Amino acid sequence: MRQLTFASAINEALCFAMEEDHKVIFYGLGANDPKRMFGTSTGLEEKFGSERVFDMPTSENGMTGVAVGAALGGYRPVMTHLRLDFFLLAMDQLVNGAAKWHYAFGGQDSVPITIRLILGRGWGQGPTHSQSLHAWFAHIPGLKVVMPATPADAKGLLISSIRDDNPVVFLEHRWLHNQTGVVPEVDVACPLGKAKVLQEGADFTIVGISYMTVEALHAVEHLRLHGINCDLIDLRTVSPIDFESIEASVRKTGRLLVLDTGAAQCSVASEIVAGVSMRCHADLRGAPLMLTSPDCPVSTSFGVSHLFYKTAVDVVNSVSGALGTEVPVDALVERQSQTPHDVPGDWFKGPF
Amino acid sequence: MINDIPQSDLEKMLFHMVRIRTYENEIARRYSEEKMRCPVHLSIGQEAVPAAVSCILDDDDLAVSGHRGHAHYLGKGGRGDKMIAEIYGKAAGCSGGAGGSMHLVDLECGFKGTTPIVANSIPVGVGLALALQLDGSEHVACTFFGEGAVEEGVFYESANFAALRKLPVLFLCENNLYSVYSPLEVRQPEGRSIVDMVEQIGIPSRRCDGNDVLACYHAIKEVADAARQGLGPRFIEFPTYRWREHCGPNYDNDIGYRTEAEFEAWKELDPIEQYERRLLENGKITADGVLEIQKRVQEEVAQAFEYAEAAPFPNGEQAFSHIFKE
Repeated sequence: MRQLTFASAINEALCFAMEEDHKVIFYGLGANDPKRMFGTSTGLEEKFGSERVFDMPTSENGMTGVAVGAALGGYRPVMTHLRLDFFLLAMDQLVNGAAKWHYAFGGQDSVPITIRLILGRGWGQGPTHSQSLHAWFAHIPGLKVVMPATPADAKGLLISSIRDDNPVVFLEHRWLHNQTGVVPEVDVACPLGKAKVLQEGADFTIVGISYMTVEALHAVEHLRLHGINCDLIDLRTVSPIDFESIEASVRKTGRLLVLDTGAAQCSVASEIVAGVSMRCHADLRGAPLMLTSPDCPVSTSFGVSHLFYKTAVDVVNSVSGALGTEVPVDALVERQSQTPHDVPGDWFKGPF
Repeated sequence: MINDIPQSDLEKMLFHMVRIRTYENEIARRYSEEKMRCPVHLSIGQEAVPAAVSCILDDDDLAVSGHRGHAHYLGKGGRGDKMIAEIYGKAAGCSGGAGGSMHLVDLECGFKGTTPIVANSIPVGVGLALALQLDGSEHVACTFFGEGAVEEGVFYESANFAALRKLPVLFLCENNLYSVYSPLEVRQPEGRSIVDMVEQIGIPSRRCDGNDVLACYHAIKEVADAARQGLGPRFIEFPTYRWREHCGPNYDNDIGYRTEAEFEAWKELDPIEQYERRLLENGKITADGVLEIQKRVQEEVAQAFEYAEAAPFPNGEQAFSHIFKE
């Protein structure tokens, strides 16, 4: 089975979508930079030409509006930002424009745009280069919000996002870009709004989002070795939330832990906890839990940034604590200590 | 100058100016009935630019506008009855009642929409022009906005990209001197010309009397021809004046942000009166011809209000439709 990195899977999805539909155009600041947006836009300009693949002015808001207009003119723009934080300049065009267009004009026109946002973490990305603000976008009716965790889903969900006739915010965690996995060469479009069960177990439901799903995979394996079996659900789309899959699992396990890359207050995790609490109250055998970033801007300092990010160790401790059992975490701590806390692995040497 | 313009266009412009004024006056007259339950930003006094556009752009040219968009919608060829029904919040409105006065659309005539956040639709117009350029089309996109929009960052972003890519987009800026109640002198530096500034961004720019429809016709025709020929974007600033309050049906010269004398001076420059006089003086229309246009417009407007009054509101299902395109 063919293995690809997450970044290469994104690149393959873009190639596939642009081959499939000549109305797909791709742009972003650095679209054709020497590093090709962490390898995700490699070869696109060469293959599809400079009319369809182009660099852009440093104008996040204006160029989002240009995407809305181009979409109304029959195109399917895919716009990419190397850091989500810069895209905050574009909230007017996203929220007042793209998200409202179909509704406010009575369903006559639609805005099929895909906005790829890369989330930073570690290596001192700090307070304004590492925000995980998917909950902002999920709060806006009219937007779909996608956060893949695996290379195969990165490809499949990006193809589906580009094909979708609505604005889609597609968030890629920078620490996932070098993760490898099996990725089919064919069209692997997977539906938006459907979570995926990655592991099955009757003792606990764990819902992961984006990179936290990777931490959860380590935790679930560790827990399994200690006799605790978990359902691990990769949310994949954070708006709409696939409550059906989550609730089915909670009805089986009676327990819920949600992992979120964002801060706690008004988060996707808190939304899931609220929904499950309201609808599955009688099935719950303990209070639903969530692990998130703290409600604090992220410090740049290497000396303290480990306090801001949850890991597999925290996942194991949460689950064992809720079950009232002790699960040693020495092996996990040992694995984590092999790389500094602020990088995902040897491949990442900064600077961003 | 008047002899350069086909007779059919001369009459069409008068028709559109009278049509816009009559619709707007009727909205103002009936607003206190409280059936039009949304904000309205009337264009009375600003009829010349959209009337000129009615002759220059065709249905395959595209346009967007902002909060004060009734006149642009009508001038581009938008259906009046659907506009009034929209302001009434009715399902038969041009946006199914969901958008109201500030979200007008008529795709049949290439009017792609109005959005009320200042300058929000400017980059959308530029994006439409990008689509036209990628299509290899000879059509143009047009974005209407006021001088307040020039103070928004996205205006510069849009103008920069349009200039960079030589996009076929017309920036039509009606300068009516006020952003809500705030006069130009507290918003833009004294003595700085908007057109000089835009020229420096890289867009050929000019000023044109926004109350002189014949001047507007020639100016807009020239820039549209340039954009169609692939010469890139063009910008025109049209000094003009809104007669009524920023938002709503009333006059507000008494509340202190502008003077009655200023209003009266601009009213002397009424674009419709000026134009009628010139048409009559030049033998381009008779007094009976003017009356005929007024009568035709009054009938249309009366029917539009009847249409709106009779139409049903959206039902509960319609209210929650179209969040996403399925």
